[in-house]
Amino acid sequence: MTNAFASVAQVRDGLKKINYLADDGIAGVVYLAQRLGKPVLIEGPAGTGKTQLAKSVAELTGARLIRLQCYEGLDESKALYEWNYKKQLLRIQADKTSDSWTEVHDDIFSDEFLLTRPLLEAISAPDPVVLLIDEVDRVEVETEALLLEVLSEYQVSIPELGTITAKQIPMVFLTSNNTRELSEALKRRCLYLHVDYPDMEREKEIVLAKVPDISANLADQIARIVRSIRQLDLKKAPSVSETLDWARTLILLGVDHIDAEQAKETLHVLLKYQTDIAKAAKELSVDE
Amino acid sequence: MPVIDLMSGFVGELRRAGLPVSLTENLDAMEAVKVIPIEDREAFKYALGATLVKNSSHWRVFETIFEVYFSLRGSQYNIVDPSEDQADEFWRDEQDQAQLGQGEGRGAGGGGLEALTPEELANMLMRALMQGDQAMMRALARQSVARFAGMEPGRPVGGTYYLYRTLRNLDLDNMLAKLMEAGKASSQRESTSLEQRLAKDEYEMRIEQFKKEVEAEIRRRLVADRGAEAMAKTLRKPLPEDVEFMHASREEMQSLKKALFPLTRKLAARLARKRRHGRKGPLDFRNTVRHSLSYGGVPAEPKFKYPRPAKPELMVVADISGSVAAFARFTLMLVYAIQSQFSKVRSFVFIDGIDEVTKHFRATEDIQEAIHKVNTEADVVWVDGHSDYGHAFEVFWERYGKDINPKTTVLLLGDARNNYHASQSWVVKEMRKHARHVYWLNPEPRSYWNTGDSIVGEYGGHTDGVYECRNLRQLEGFVEKLV
Repeated sequence: MTNAFASVAQVRDGLKKINYLADDGIAGVVYLAQRLGKPVLIEGPAGTGKTQLAKSVAELTGARLIRLQCYEGLDESKALYEWNYKKQLLRIQADKTSDSWTEVHDDIFSDEFLLTRPLLEAISAPDPVVLLIDEVDRVEVETEALLLEVLSEYQVSIPELGTITAKQIPMVFLTSNNTRELSEALKRRCLYLHVDYPDMEREKEIVLAKVPDISANLADQIARIVRSIRQLDLKKAPSVSETLDWARTLILLGVDHIDAEQAKETLHVLLKYQTDIAKAAKELSVDE
Repeated sequence: MPVIDLMSGFVGELRRAGLPVSLTENLDAMEAVKVIPIEDREAFKYALGATLVKNSSHWRVFETIFEVYFSLRGSQYNIVDPSEDQADEFWRDEQDQAQLGQGEGRGAGGGGLEALTPEELANMLMRALMQGDQAMMRALARQSVARFAGMEPGRPVGGTYYLYRTLRNLDLDNMLAKLMEAGKASSQRESTSLEQRLAKDEYEMRIEQFKKEVEAEIRRRLVADRGAEAMAKTLRKPLPEDVEFMHASREEMQSLKKALFPLTRKLAARLARKRRHGRKGPLDFRNTVRHSLSYGGVPAEPKFKYPRPAKPELMVVADISGSVAAFARFTLMLVYAIQSQFSKVRSFVFIDGIDEVTKHFRATEDIQEAIHKVNTEADVVWVDGHSDYGHAFEVFWERYGKDINPKTTVLLLGDARNNYHASQSWVVKEMRKHARHVYWLNPEPRSYWNTGDSIVGEYGGHTDGVYECRNLRQLEGFVEKLV
């Protein structure tokens, strides 16, 4: 990779420069991933910047980001590679007369007729890349096995062509929303990073960094209120992205100091369930 | 090299605590240790965590063990009195290096602390909490433990005892009120209720943090006294999914509750997926012919009849008397969290009388609140409020027995400790005749069954199976089987 990290602190500072505020755990694991050449499995609640981390690392290292969005029913031909059947057919029909069968046979299973999909593309790329396998928990357990060869050996085996090995080891990030337990085999091959809601100080910094024209005072208040809300027993706690939405809403409304009334009226930006909103509104107006 | 020995001891302890650490993961950790300097405690911890712990609910256990094996021997916890210092040379080197950085923290509060009166100490603590002064809080935690815990070397007492003694002397419960008072006094104008609420949360968090400092200090001293291995053993706690319902402490209950929600989400996703996949059926002739039209009458795309398994109807009948209440609560929570997997769920609770509580769950989306309502409003006491399965079942049969049909699955929850009343086990027999399945879940260990007044065997004979459900893991396994 072009820009190798020298220390954990360098990773943290570098990410900070491009507006991603990493804590010690995140920076440490990113550093380790690069040094050991291992994929990182990122788990955590929705909206805590898991995908953003991969994007930011790509930006930081000046690498190209290749993204594989996982979904139910994802298969080899969408994730790894596929033969371009139409082109193969055309090739056979184009010179029916001239070539001998063996020549055609060897010819139609060559690089020219191979359609690379994200995983193969990441492996065969000559330039530095960051591979993001997003929401890996959405694929079936059987499909997970597709990833194993790529993740541990950085190679793809194609029966007709042989094994394609990576020219350089890409950084790999897998994200999971934890809707199901991933297989042991997959976990074993990865470094594990659990990204949780940030603590108050970090959240305040995130708000300050991401929302233009916000005053430190308001950011502080926002972070405090969000922390209090997260402590309640809710169906869905507010995520960082929802905190940012809320901050932007308040800016648009021209608020520079939140009182209970305003908080209550804009809660629906932060919380998405009626019962949660009612509960939070009740809690926030309680005077003790 | 002591790091290797330390690491193998550490990994061994993780395994003993129930974390699945494989050989490759162990090797990865060794690799990681090579590139992360051990002096950078936080980064070192995350490096080990990333390689060894692959489940976020195991993180707490990992942290505790890490603390015992690594952090507590580290520089910032350096013991002031050199005679107590038992760290080996490896650590001493490190501590020398770190002395410089530590001067600051000690300068803030270390030196003169011994001379203070308890009142002055309390005042200093309050000031430190007001300002959120980390270094001061740590120094004070250290001082309070030294002063109040009364720790003696070699005394076989657990850390909780010392923690209790220390905190009792500090009177932290009143501290919150005092802090709020002081906060109010210092601000010029009347603060709104929202501000007060936020301030309260802030102070609560700081006090919690201080408690953790105290706990860490006690552990550090215990480790120095007994050694890391022995200490890790006493601290060993079951993982959340292995905590027994019947003997869970309040703290464990909290962690159980937290573990329950993601678990139900996973369970629901898995069950829904199961329903959709792996279905094979006979050829659907009509459908195949219809689709063949777009291929000019060639049946190129065969269609199959997929079986649609019926969703079961569920009746949960739970004993909510003292000892098994927690178990009933968790089962109800789990069942209602995945109720979309059933066509209908009805729930009944009993002690010696029985009451239907389905309406409480229907009225609100919030399961916690529904459970609370069940506990306060359900009419379950008939005579004396001691479990009487016989009477409860009899009434159940009388009132709701006709609602049991061949689609219904009945779940009976309880330890079947009937206080020597009549068993009326014919009710269970009748239920089985009418229902699809009748299962009994017992939160007691199997070895206790049919001892004393437990008559689970008598009921169990009439059911389709009695299952031991002592922890979340077993409960989850059963529910999956049920659907």
